[in-house]
Amino acid sequence: MSIEELKEMAVTIRCDIIEMICTAAAGHPGGSLSAADVVTALYFRMMRVDPQKPDWPDRDRFILSKGHACPVWYAALAERGYFDKAHLGTLRRLNSILQGHPDMHKTPGIDMTAGSLGHGFSAGVGMALSGKLRQKDYHVWIVIGDGESQEGSIWEAAMSAPKWKLDNLTVIMDRNNLQNDLYVDEVMPIEPVTDKWRAFGWHVLEIDGHDMAAVVKALEEAKGHSDEPTIIIAKTVKGKGVSYMENICEWHGKAPSTEQAEVALEEIRRCSSES
Amino acid sequence: MKANQSPTSYHYVRPDIVELLASDELFTVADSQPTRAAFARTLLELGEKNPRVVVLDADVSKSIGTNQFAEKFPDRSFNFGIAEQNMMGAAAGMATTGLIPFACTYAVFASMRALDMVRNSIHYPRLNVKIAASHSGITPGPDGVTHQGQEDLSILRSIAHSTVIAPADPTATAQAVWAVAEYEGPVYLSLTRDPVPYLYTDDFPFTIGTAVTLRSGNDVTIIANRDLVIQSLIAAENLAAKGIDTRVIDCHTLKPLDHELILKAASETGAIVTAENNIYYGGLGSAVAEVLVENNPVPMQRIGIQDTFAESGPYLEVIDKYGLTARHIVNAVLTVLKRRR
Repeated sequence: MSIEELKEMAVTIRCDIIEMICTAAAGHPGGSLSAADVVTALYFRMMRVDPQKPDWPDRDRFILSKGHACPVWYAALAERGYFDKAHLGTLRRLNSILQGHPDMHKTPGIDMTAGSLGHGFSAGVGMALSGKLRQKDYHVWIVIGDGESQEGSIWEAAMSAPKWKLDNLTVIMDRNNLQNDLYVDEVMPIEPVTDKWRAFGWHVLEIDGHDMAAVVKALEEAKGHSDEPTIIIAKTVKGKGVSYMENICEWHGKAPSTEQAEVALEEIRRCSSES
Repeated sequence: MKANQSPTSYHYVRPDIVELLASDELFTVADSQPTRAAFARTLLELGEKNPRVVVLDADVSKSIGTNQFAEKFPDRSFNFGIAEQNMMGAAAGMATTGLIPFACTYAVFASMRALDMVRNSIHYPRLNVKIAASHSGITPGPDGVTHQGQEDLSILRSIAHSTVIAPADPTATAQAVWAVAEYEGPVYLSLTRDPVPYLYTDDFPFTIGTAVTLRSGNDVTIIANRDLVIQSLIAAENLAAKGIDTRVIDCHTLKPLDHELILKAASETGAIVTAENNIYYGGLGSAVAEVLVENNPVPMQRIGIQDTFAESGPYLEVIDKYGLTARHIVNAVLTVLKRRR
């Protein structure tokens, strides 16, 4: 997809997220919206995948280590054709293929179960090690949260990927600066975050995570980089695209009402036509 | 109590061990080895046969012996350093690609430090990870409480989709390694830090989920696992001298539990004692009690670690102080038989 098409797709995915969470009356809109541009770029431009063969051994892998933002993943998978969009309306319902946090056995295209923070990154390290061992050329893409980076296991994984020169693995940090309770840097500061990752031996890129051209450029650079894993610190806005959600902590894990959702959808679409 | 006139019959127990059961010299004379060593040795053979097998370590490879695998198969060996959580998560990721990872560490770390990964990233998605946990129970005597994994079996048993195995000797451990590699799904393999005697003949029939009767007997049954199997056999020999004909079962698979053999023992002998080097709660004793109470509630006594932590000391001295040796099992049998009357 072209950059313009990706931008349009990101709008569609944001709308899916709002509709999905509003219908479910529960979920995490803020961190889903902040990661929407990165996830869109991955599924519609970067990743070597075949929605008809979700278990294809040579596919690129994607892990949403910040699993609570799975509405963005489900929306991308549905729009990419992994399953019928009608399923989006069943999020978090009994017997749904769309669990409250991602389940690799219930949803086609989910490469790793996630939800407990600090897990998915390690799983990605394992997938990348396996790729190196078996000389496969798939790439492993992992989105982690900035709040998630307070987990000790994130730094265990961060220490391990450079040891094995996992240049087949890219981490994107959704740096939206908000977590469940408060601002990340108030709850437990993670700055200076780029210095930390450099000190751990990573190739570090820093971008505006809502600038689609910059997102694509960074993902391409990461994929082409040799001998070191890359982390892209994607500076984002939690709740991006919905004015009353942007940078507001309570929208971490709260569903919009029907009326609020209508306002949100209208804003997301308007924002797109203005850009 | 009827006198035991029939000759006792042992199954799969080495004749030299049978001869030593009544001797104080058993533990000094018998060939012994920690089951962690049997595990590590078998991994070398398994690695040769199965290229999908990879080994993950957390800086205790020299202790467990998996450094031998690292030397023989450097490409398939991954030392994560002192970072058990990342190791378990990475093992899960490897398993999604078709590898068979053996993640090796001590029981306290496997079952507690990294439990969140063990539950959410391995068992919830039912990934084919084998967790090899040395220092299970109070089998590191000298190391003390922080390294005595006395809750691991209870914890792992409580996780959905888990398979939990605690072999009694090096021979059964070697067989267990092959069996868990064949089995598709997560397995927790409990290993000892301290040596245990080579108990079994080579024809020991290890099958996941199938307990093995080691000694025939009709008055009472002792159901044991891991390092308390040998203690139970010693107890049975002591009880024979008192005219009590004791059946002994090695229940090496804690989960799935062999309900059939347990209920057969309950109905044929009418009294059960369980023996485990594991906390009193949620392990073998609890598991057997659950089966009995719902099917055939015969009198039962449990041997296990009471509501306490242990301490440092030589293995046999520590487990004796904490109530886990043959003499305690004998007392439990005498108690259960009184209750049956």
